[in-house]
Amino acid sequence: MTTEKTEEREPITGMEAPLYLKYKFTAGESTAKFLSQLKLGRLTGQRCPICSQVYVPARGSCARCGVATNETVELSDKATIQSFTIVHIPIPGNALQPPYIVANLVPDGANISFIHLLSECDNEAVHIGMRVEAVWKPEEEWDYAMENISYFRPLDEPDVPIDEIGR
Amino acid sequence: MKDIAVIAFSQSDSVADAGANNEVELIMPVVSDALGQVGFKSAQDVDFTCSGSCDYLQGAAFAFVSGVDALGAVPPIKESHVEMDAAWALYESWLKIQMGQAESALIYGFGKSSPGELPHVLTLQMDPYYVAPLWADTIGMAALQARTMLDAGAITEEDMANVVSRSRRNALSNPHAQLSGDYDVETLLAEDTYLSPLRRHDCCPSSDGASAMVICTVERAREMGVKYAVIRGIDHRIETHHLGARDLTVSSSTRTAGERAGVFEAPVEVAELYAPFSHQELILSRSLDLDGDVDINPSGGVLAGNMMMASGLSRIGEVAQRIMAGDYQRGLAHATSGACLQHNLVTVLEGV
Repeated sequence: MTTEKTEEREPITGMEAPLYLKYKFTAGESTAKFLSQLKLGRLTGQRCPICSQVYVPARGSCARCGVATNETVELSDKATIQSFTIVHIPIPGNALQPPYIVANLVPDGANISFIHLLSECDNEAVHIGMRVEAVWKPEEEWDYAMENISYFRPLDEPDVPIDEIGR
Repeated sequence: MKDIAVIAFSQSDSVADAGANNEVELIMPVVSDALGQVGFKSAQDVDFTCSGSCDYLQGAAFAFVSGVDALGAVPPIKESHVEMDAAWALYESWLKIQMGQAESALIYGFGKSSPGELPHVLTLQMDPYYVAPLWADTIGMAALQARTMLDAGAITEEDMANVVSRSRRNALSNPHAQLSGDYDVETLLAEDTYLSPLRRHDCCPSSDGASAMVICTVERAREMGVKYAVIRGIDHRIETHHLGARDLTVSSSTRTAGERAGVFEAPVEVAELYAPFSHQELILSRSLDLDGDVDINPSGGVLAGNMMMASGLSRIGEVAQRIMAGDYQRGLAHATSGACLQHNLVTVLEGV
């Protein structure tokens, strides 16, 4: 039997066990359609056959009704601010310098918002119901990515009343 | 304990690669089909919904949450999830009904294993300090178990090939099967070993797919006037994850779960066993005293297609469907989880 005393041992405070798993990720049929259109500079959504809500980006189902959404709808790249926040904390690795704005935007023709950035605006003047439009990257840089749109900027249009956003 | 009725079951084809389909696109067809079999439209029509899945399989964080998009969860529903095979989601739903908190439940399981390397993904379920860093994978550990059995004289390679031959032949009549065919034992034994002593055909394939089930109280099933199979008993038992501390040639947890589920109270005519490797079917049928009179894995079992996180629920569905069709009066279904049959669930089903 060993009589080694606990206090004589090196304390073990950790061990290294790196894990690597490789995946061949797929976005899903509906998201793949959305991304393919985005590469062509178009925003698209899908309409629910029961409640008519238009989802963007669509994931293939109406979360409310639990049915497949098959009808693709082309959307405008103009949108309405549903909500927003002014970010004052820098994100490591992100080129954006605070303060900048992250907003929930409902594009015209859809009922569901997605998140994107706002720029070319007076941060203090941004408000819910404000109209905005997409500022696209140069066409040669378009890929299967939301970053094809650099950000949204304010439009000189009347506000949408809060209870009509996404209706 | 209340008798609870299985009133609907649906499963997708077992395929090697479901392509671009995401979790919602995998789940929705089986959920709509199962609900539709009893005239339900969405999860709003049941009291409780429970799913089984594992996000590590496809490498998509919170895929199980996204899956709820397939259900119609507006207004909000009572929902739960197990990071296990959906057979355990059935167990949770069964408990919910036993406790009087629900009269009906929708259960579904889905797995998309094709994006990753399944045997290595499953390594992460092993002991994180001593075993997982060695990358001991599921096939290697099953091979170790088969070697133990062969050397102990508990089975022969012919016994293993017999299991595969029957599975492939039974799968010929299963439209969802991934692997089927007529292979005799000699042909199978002529193949090279893959991870010795296992040959490729001793190992289940890696599959994508989903299955769904609807259960309710027997009273509710009678009111609805639908066909049903009765869950007479269900129990699950787990063993240590330390392989060295187990006798790998038997499955004591399956035995105990079978006793508690009432398997031995009357003869069973059919058994669907979740045996991902051929030698494991022999361990399971011995643990449950299944003799030559019992039809084992009429679907072909998981050697014909192994939809991780759904195949356990499918075993129960396969037996329930056969009982509802009048082919059998009493059967058992088994589900497993973990390496070398670590965790086992046994369900006894009967006709009305």
